[in-house]
Amino acid sequence: MMTEPTHVDGNAAAGAFSEVLGFDVTTATLTCAGCCRVGVFAESHVYHRAPGIVVRCPGCDHVLARLVQTPTDVSLDLRGAQSWRIPFPAR
Amino acid sequence: MDDGLTAKLPWRVARVVDSTPETESARTIRLAVPGWGGHLAGQHIDLKLTAEDGYSAQRSYSLSRPADGERIDITVQKIADGEVSPYLTGVRPGEEIELRGPIGGWFVWRPAEQARILLVAGGSGIVPLMAMLRQRILVGSAEFRLVYSVRSPADVYYAQELGSLERDCDWLRVAVVYTRAAAPQTARPPGRIGVGDLAVPRWTPDDGLRVYVCGPTGFVESATTKLISQGHSPSAIRTERFGPSG
Repeated sequence: MMTEPTHVDGNAAAGAFSEVLGFDVTTATLTCAGCCRVGVFAESHVYHRAPGIVVRCPGCDHVLARLVQTPTDVSLDLRGAQSWRIPFPAR
Repeated sequence: MDDGLTAKLPWRVARVVDSTPETESARTIRLAVPGWGGHLAGQHIDLKLTAEDGYSAQRSYSLSRPADGERIDITVQKIADGEVSPYLTGVRPGEEIELRGPIGGWFVWRPAEQARILLVAGGSGIVPLMAMLRQRILVGSAEFRLVYSVRSPADVYYAQELGSLERDCDWLRVAVVYTRAAAPQTARPPGRIGVGDLAVPRWTPDDGLRVYVCGPTGFVESATTKLISQGHSPSAIRTERFGPSG
């Protein structure tokens, strides 16, 4: 029997990341530190049925970003991406 | 005054205006959100329920139509063992709910875009795509085709509206694909969406075609793979996946 995939995509993590970072993350372009794949945040694989959010590269499954929220603060690990390119909002 | 410490995406308290059934297990909920500044077709909100003991559960819901002032609509599919959807499908006018948004600038359609638009929906993945069609009714000149995969005729959201839109709008064609039980007089036997279902008569993958695919992760992966095998460029396909938690 085929198992249903457990991930969703970057759209589902946008609220949590945007709350902390202050910009719309879905249109940001990330370069994976694992395989150098370039892709938008919205198309990344997101695992969020855990005490935290894990964002993975859809190409190689490398962890691009992690976000864990506690009652008092948010901890963010962004080292899995070599770079983020963020478009200015449409004016 | 912006002191730099104000949340960029604040939680707001919305009030339920009304709740109307779409199918036996899905309802459209209209919410009044003080200070709502509008949104783009395809965007979503995060919604939060908090129990008396402080436990809270959060879910994302797509907005199903353009904003009407400070009023927004979401359509919620009830998942029997879900934490949030059984509550939401039972809310009554006047009740209050916490939400934040609008969220997401990627899975959106802007009326100024001239392209031909192919919408591919799996189940409740129709919701943000319906917002795009409802936006197009108001403004724009794009041609739309909708391929909508559902289990059976009873599971079609917005059935009457889609029927009359297709009748009245020369810019729209709708194809409903039934996976378990087909409507009477349907030639196609029930079954999962195939390459043939995604081919639009007289439309080729080139020439400014943009595709939006929304549904459960498995559906989106399958439809996207088929679209790419038909020659659609991955960069012309925008996707939104949702999971089984409700």
